[in-house]
Amino acid sequence: MADTTDLKKGFKMLIDRNPFVVVDCQFVKPGKGQAFFRTKLKNMQTGAVLDRTFKSGEKLEKADTEERGMQFLYKEGDQYVFMDNETYDQMRLSEELLSDSIHYLLDNMHIDVMLFEGRPIGITPPNFVELEVTETEPGFKGDTSSNTTKPATCSTGLVVNVPLFVDVGDKLKIDTRTGEYVERVKS
Amino acid sequence: MSESPRYPIEILQRLRPPAPVKLGGRVVEVAGGEVRLEDITGSVRVECAKAPPLGAWVIAEGEWNGVVVVGTCEVLTAPTGAFPRAGGDWPSFQADGAARMRALRARAKARRAVRDFFDDRAFLEVETPAAVPSPGLDLHLDAFPVAGVDPPRWLITSPEYQMKRMLAGGAPRIYQLARCWRRGELGANHQPEFTMLEWYRAFAGSAEVMRDTEQLVAHVARTMLDGSTVIPGSGTPIDVAPPWQRLTVDEAFRTFAGVGVQDVLPDEERFFRILVDQVEPQLGRMRPIFLTHWPASMASLARLDPNDPSVCDRFEAYIAGIELCNGFGELVDPVEQRRRLRADQERRVAEGKIAYPIDERFIGALEEGLPPSGGNALGFDRLVMLLLGAESIGDVMAFPTERL
Repeated sequence: MADTTDLKKGFKMLIDRNPFVVVDCQFVKPGKGQAFFRTKLKNMQTGAVLDRTFKSGEKLEKADTEERGMQFLYKEGDQYVFMDNETYDQMRLSEELLSDSIHYLLDNMHIDVMLFEGRPIGITPPNFVELEVTETEPGFKGDTSSNTTKPATCSTGLVVNVPLFVDVGDKLKIDTRTGEYVERVKS
Repeated sequence: MSESPRYPIEILQRLRPPAPVKLGGRVVEVAGGEVRLEDITGSVRVECAKAPPLGAWVIAEGEWNGVVVVGTCEVLTAPTGAFPRAGGDWPSFQADGAARMRALRARAKARRAVRDFFDDRAFLEVETPAAVPSPGLDLHLDAFPVAGVDPPRWLITSPEYQMKRMLAGGAPRIYQLARCWRRGELGANHQPEFTMLEWYRAFAGSAEVMRDTEQLVAHVARTMLDGSTVIPGSGTPIDVAPPWQRLTVDEAFRTFAGVGVQDVLPDEERFFRILVDQVEPQLGRMRPIFLTHWPASMASLARLDPNDPSVCDRFEAYIAGIELCNGFGELVDPVEQRRRLRADQERRVAEGKIAYPIDERFIGALEEGLPPSGGNALGFDRLVMLLLGAESIGDVMAFPTERL
């Protein structure tokens, strides 16, 4: 059994049978009063965030979650098929479950799949991925201005704001945590 | 070895170039024939034919032309290992280092401002012991025991008992910047070791001490912010100029939580939950505010309100939702004080906590007679944090616990 001393960013816990991850945790204590932990918790299945205040010393239930290394094999309808790197078991995740992460999935990519009580509930793409530009307005040659941007569509369907010098066929480094363009990759 | 350097780096900026200079510093950058020296007051570039190694402490001697010093660097000591080390002490190589350097200098200024304020008002600065026979019996405060001493000692959670003994001993206006320790408290507004500014005023009650508080904070703000009383707070600017708003705890509960204090008590957990979740975050967002008339059951060392014994003569000030201080019109009745401390001991035992001894010499001081007095305990680190707009009190300390 866990308790409030375990509360820190990233701690995974159960509330009403649902897995939550702590995204923010503050120690609060009136000088003459009881200590509490004021937390923001993210539902690992729905992404919904809720505020919860725990009394210091309160017992908590750790969520039985596990991250497993897997490889993305292919897409079939709205199902994405992954293979466990160790057991070679295949697992299907729906587009709905993956939500924005589908924009970072490339064939054969290795990623971590989050399992809750054995069931997949989401994936963590690598922090950076390289995606090819399939569509963007042409820019001016030699324009290296970084103040102006334009939209570019990548092979996975992701649309990012990029500097004017980016062209169709360029490879871009994207930060998957923010969904933002980082740099053009030399090819 | 050369004689001592004449100029700290900061003073260099005030010299009229060209000027001959000689100054000490640490090499934090080496590029070609140029190095950059740094100390807590600033940094300067030195052009020298023979560049010293990175991290070396040097004395630079030459001519300051307003941009660089042209001259030589004499190496005094050089690092024996890597420089900078991960987790090392050189501030500008820490992620938050530059901000911490600024904060530490501002903190020193705030200390001086506090002393000036009280010295000007004929308060005596005192120093009382850190290790004491009883650290106070508040149910929600846990003290650090001092190992291996007999009779047992604990580190103070506040200097209250000894300062009140000084009041009884004939020192009617006293203040102290005291290091205090509280176990298990760590967060943006808490460190297990911190600095408390505590003061007492005889022949006064909480009204006078609240006035001291608002004037003190405004004075420290003006000193640190070039005459302004508008502080960054935590996001929205806050004007700390007196007078501050006053609100009773009951009014605050009704306003921000839609429930009266008497509807919540005696359920103390519910009281504190509402306080931390709904009330405190709303307090002092535009201007500081005093919360007054706390429930009698939370009187601690405060006297009961002579006009309404269901509340006590206790106040707290809040700025940007953060509790800055806790003050009392002091309880001077030894019989009532002993009764409360016994009850606190029983509650501590019931909660499985150590029941610290009752400090008989403190009770003795009350028996001998304490003048009617007011006192306040103000978190000095929090004051500095709020004045600078820092995010945590650890940011305004040289060594928060996580850097030890």
